[in-house]
Amino acid sequence: MAIYGTAILAGCLLTGLLIGRLLGMAMGIEANVGGVGIAMLLLILISGKLRQSGKLPQATASGVLFWSSIYIPVVIAMAASQNVRAAISGGPLAIVAGTLGVIFSFAMVPTINRLGKSNDDDAWLTKHPDTSDQ
Amino acid sequence: MTDWLNAIDPILTKYSLVTAFAVIGSLTWLSYKCSHHLTAGRVHGSAIAIFAGLALAYLGGWLTGGERGLADIPWLAGIGLMGGSMLRDFTIVATAFGVRLDEFTKTGLSGVVSLLVGVLGSILVGAAVAYAYGYRDAVSLTTIGGGTATYIVGPVTGTALGASSDVIAISVAAGLVKSILVMSLTPAVAKWIGLDNPRSALIFGGLMGTTSGVAGGLAATDERLVPYGAMTATFYTGLGCMLGPSVVFLFIQWCVS
Repeated sequence: MAIYGTAILAGCLLTGLLIGRLLGMAMGIEANVGGVGIAMLLLILISGKLRQSGKLPQATASGVLFWSSIYIPVVIAMAASQNVRAAISGGPLAIVAGTLGVIFSFAMVPTINRLGKSNDDDAWLTKHPDTSDQ
Repeated sequence: MTDWLNAIDPILTKYSLVTAFAVIGSLTWLSYKCSHHLTAGRVHGSAIAIFAGLALAYLGGWLTGGERGLADIPWLAGIGLMGGSMLRDFTIVATAFGVRLDEFTKTGLSGVVSLLVGVLGSILVGAAVAYAYGYRDAVSLTTIGGGTATYIVGPVTGTALGASSDVIAISVAAGLVKSILVMSLTPAVAKWIGLDNPRSALIFGGLMGTTSGVAGGLAATDERLVPYGAMTATFYTGLGCMLGPSVVFLFIQWCVS
């Protein structure tokens, strides 16, 4: 049933947030340290294990896939509920920061590409045609 | 007309989350139409929708004088719930579902390096720009830097560290600028940065991080590259959410103190 997938997702998020909160307390800061990222790793590990042992029927998967498919609309709603009026004063800052970030990242592609090239890299395209749906 | 408004208003207010689904759904539909017809698909629909969301949030703030954009209009309060941290984190974690650890580990060293360089480099570039614009507190610097990573890392970092809403909004705007630039510039620079094989697409995804930007940019370059870039890009946000409020925050705090 779809609710099983949703429950696994919920369990991962709650566990991740708990670990993140404990990490924050251990580091002495009033913050959730990486809870969302830990939850993502948990979901990758748990869904991988379930898929391997054949315990992940389509109905269960659909209980996760629905939430993953409305991630963009949720981000749109998030954007629509931000304090943009106050942010306009920092408008140039957002544009400069975003632009420099992109220039930096573009420039790093060839640099890292030169690192550790191996022969079987180019073979993936035919071996792993499946896509992650986002 | 007034009677009709009097009848519909309490329904929209009482079922505010349902109203939000309808409104955001319509906005998304319109944005994808605009993407298709006005830009020939060159600017991704999601980027237009997010930009429209930010514009409407400005309008909401101007109309109500509040701090939560459109969500301060009573019958649109559900947008605040839909876009709040609970559903946002829930759906973000769900996007990790399609990722396979073994596929990712095949990128080897360069995949890990691209992710670390992408996340840490972007946050530090963003924080440096914020510093140049007069911000001095570690929480705001890390949040704006996080936004330069992606428009998810910024708000997640900001929420975790307790940043103010206007700083979070700047971080979302910085992430949006990045996402739009990656979408529109990738086809132009693809040849120059060697973006013509799965391996460089993986590195590209790890360095850029913005899933919509990477998906849009790679689709406009060569559709076959999309899954590889999107796969590493999915790790980027998780890594950014993990490193942003922790290691990077402590580092920036140490720098400014």
